[in-house]
Amino acid sequence: MKCRRCKKPAVIKLPRHNTAYCGFCFQFYVYEQVRRALSEHKMLQKKEPVLVAVSGGKDSLALWDILTKLGYHAVGLHLNLGIGSYSETSQSKVEAFARTRNLELITHAYQEAYGLGIVEIARETARPACSACGTMKRYHFNRIAREKGFAVVATGHNLDDEASRLLGNVLQWQESYLQKQSPALAAEDGKWARKVRPLYRLTEREIAAYTVISRIDYIIEECPMSKGAKMFLYKEMLNQLEETSPGTKHQFYLGYLQKKEQIFSPQEKDKQCCKVCGQPTRGTICSYCRLMERVAT
Amino acid sequence: MKGPRKAALILKELNLPREAYLVICGEELVTEDALLPDDADVEIRPVISGG
Ligand SMILES: [Zn+2]
Ligand SMILES: [Zn+2]
Repeated sequence: MKCRRCKKPAVIKLPRHNTAYCGFCFQFYVYEQVRRALSEHKMLQKKEPVLVAVSGGKDSLALWDILTKLGYHAVGLHLNLGIGSYSETSQSKVEAFARTRNLELITHAYQEAYGLGIVEIARETARPACSACGTMKRYHFNRIAREKGFAVVATGHNLDDEASRLLGNVLQWQESYLQKQSPALAAEDGKWARKVRPLYRLTEREIAAYTVISRIDYIIEECPMSKGAKMFLYKEMLNQLEETSPGTKHQFYLGYLQKKEQIFSPQEKDKQCCKVCGQPTRGTICSYCRLMERVAT
Repeated sequence: MKGPRKAALILKELNLPREAYLVICGEELVTEDALLPDDADVEIRPVISGG
């Protein structure tokens, strides 16, 4: 099999584009997809520093690498969740990545801040681990971006993440989540950082391939708390469809983004500021502060 | 597993979907039609990660 661009031997086949690339040309393809995502949703301004949430997994490290290569000033933010050796390995992968590339990294450890890891926080508050984790992450991304003066936070969500989330939201007809699902969210109140997902045009497999070709060392194991999460099932189902009809995931998610405006009337602004921490919320106290009330009691 | 055999065949015999795994030979990614020698150091890497 030959590379479509340069005719050298290919290292990856992309059935959804009916093509194959060598390592060099595949990297070029990845940069093009990210450039396209950035420009179509006006995600970043060239001079503006961006805070990249890095877990130590393939997606976030690939994102940090790509944004840096595209010339953006990308600073890493790693939250140490305090899940034993999993979190230790994750942090050491992130630190090694930053060190070898001479990149700026901010770290924040739950164990130091709360004396508890995410597993204990979830247990004390009787919340499912992934949901408590999501609430905590959102809060700290917002808080740290604000404190350090970043107007935008980038996360490594890929096409499989977005398509599986869309499938879950459709299956349960979660209208408000459906309406909010977007690769670029505006700043809430103008005070809080914008949220962008520049990898949404690339599949999980493409990003994993990019890390192999680009020699990025990441934590391969999944988070031990996410075992049995529904998202895995949705991803598997979508991959089955993808194998018989390449391009299904792309069509599903990008098609939705195109039609979304016609489906929903513009979102009314029902957000207020949390009475405790000031972050945007639907009620009077945000979900993070409600979580913390239960940790304290 | 005895070689030489095609990367696609390895995935098929292990009953692994192509979309969820990469075949890495030594340190290099290979396509499904690559013929892997008997003594090759082959890694089958899952691409799915949580949340
Ligand atoms: Zn090429
Ligand atoms: Zn709050």
